[in-house]
Formats: sequence, structure tokens, C-alpha cells
Amino acid sequence: MITVLYFARLRESLGQGSEQIALPATVRNLEALRALLAARGGAWRDELAHDKRVRAAVNQAIAGGDSPIADGDEVAFFPPVTGG
Amino acid sequence: MTVRIQTADFDVGAEIAALRRGNRKIGAVASFIGTVRDVNEGDAVTEMTLEHYPGMTEKAIEDIVGQARARWDIYDALVIHRVGTLRPTDQIVLVVVAGGHRGEAFAACEFIMDYLKTRAPFWKKERTGKGLRWVEARETDDIAAERWRLKG
Repeated sequence: MITVLYFARLRESLGQGSEQIALPATVRNLEALRALLAARGGAWRDELAHDKRVRAAVNQAIAGGDSPIADGDEVAFFPPVTGG
Repeated sequence: MTVRIQTADFDVGAEIAALRRGNRKIGAVASFIGTVRDVNEGDAVTEMTLEHYPGMTEKAIEDIVGQARARWDIYDALVIHRVGTLRPTDQIVLVVVAGGHRGEAFAACEFIMDYLKTRAPFWKKERTGKGLRWVEARETDDIAAERWRLKG
């Protein structure tokens, strides 16, 4: 299982802040996870489709699409940041 | 190095005094305070709520301050960032850098702020006469952070 967190606009449009996902054997990196979630359709496709401006982190460090994902990881998806 | 994420306001004078206390090597202290404006994108803003990613936010800012310390000869740095609901004129963020001379202190303070704006996981939601909206990231913030790479 991995933990997936959603923040800010994504948390609101997806209707949840976190979930546990059992990783299918085919999902081994961030881009594959994003595609898996976008395939749920509706708001998931709208927020997580390949062409959307979404940032991601694996185990609390900014990560790119080819970053590996393994059981026990904490993955987060969120919009570009706007602090300061 | 101190990094704090908090809902409470902060006292700039007290924070700077604490950072300087007893350190006789310090010859320059640079600080930046970010505050809530009453206007954004042409609309009056009455309130703003800041959300963050607990755990990652602290790590991201500690990493940014670590990069500043590797780049410039500074003695200490402090970053305080508020979360929760804030109103126009409220303080949002404080960055303080202490060094031997002003050049390093100014540069490191600006670097920390530019990197924080583009790399630390905070999100602002503001209330205007049109309702609530998430603040969109600005391209100018990416450009401001990027120029530090070019400076080498």
C-alpha cells in the first residue's frame, strides 16, 4: 500500500485529502500513478491528466514523473505553490 | 538555523534580537517581511487562508536555508511562515539572515525568499467580492528563482 495525499485545489475538487492505494504491479513510477488516477475520469481526469500543471512529491521531496514508487511510500499531488 | 510554521503572529524585533544574541561575529542582519495585501489581480481581498503540507514544508525550507548557507558565508538564518486565516496588513512570512557583512546577508535573504516562493508547499486561498478562489502561481516567481541558477 502507498499513501496518496492531495492538497489545496486538488483536495477540494477530488473530494478527499488522502487515500491508501494498493499499487498494481504495472505502476512503478510517479507518471504511471498519475495516469492510473486520471483514468478514474471526471474530476480525476480534469486535475491529473498529463497536460495539467500538477506538482508531486514522493516521501516529502519534490519528484518528477520518472521517480520510482514502492510500497510504503507517501506520494502527494498539488498545484504549483503560492506561499510567501 | 530555525524554521517555524505557525498560526500565531510573530514579533520581528524579538525574533531578530534572539537570533543576534551573544554572537559577536555578526556585522549585518538582513530581514524580509511578507504581508497580506488588500488587492490581488485587480480585486479587493478581505481575507486569505494559507494551507501547507506538514512535514514536507519544514524539510523544504530547511533544504533552502541549507543551500543558502552553502552558497554564502552567513552565520545564522531564521524563517517563520504563518498558516491559517489572515487579513490585510497581517504578517505572513519572516526571513532573517545574519552574517559578517551586508552583501552575503542581503543575497542570502533574497535567495531564501525566492526559493521559498517556488519550492515550499504552501497554497493561498483568498476571499474577494466574487467569493473564494485559489491564488494562481506567478511565472515571475519562477523567473526570480531561476536567475539564482544563472548567477552561479
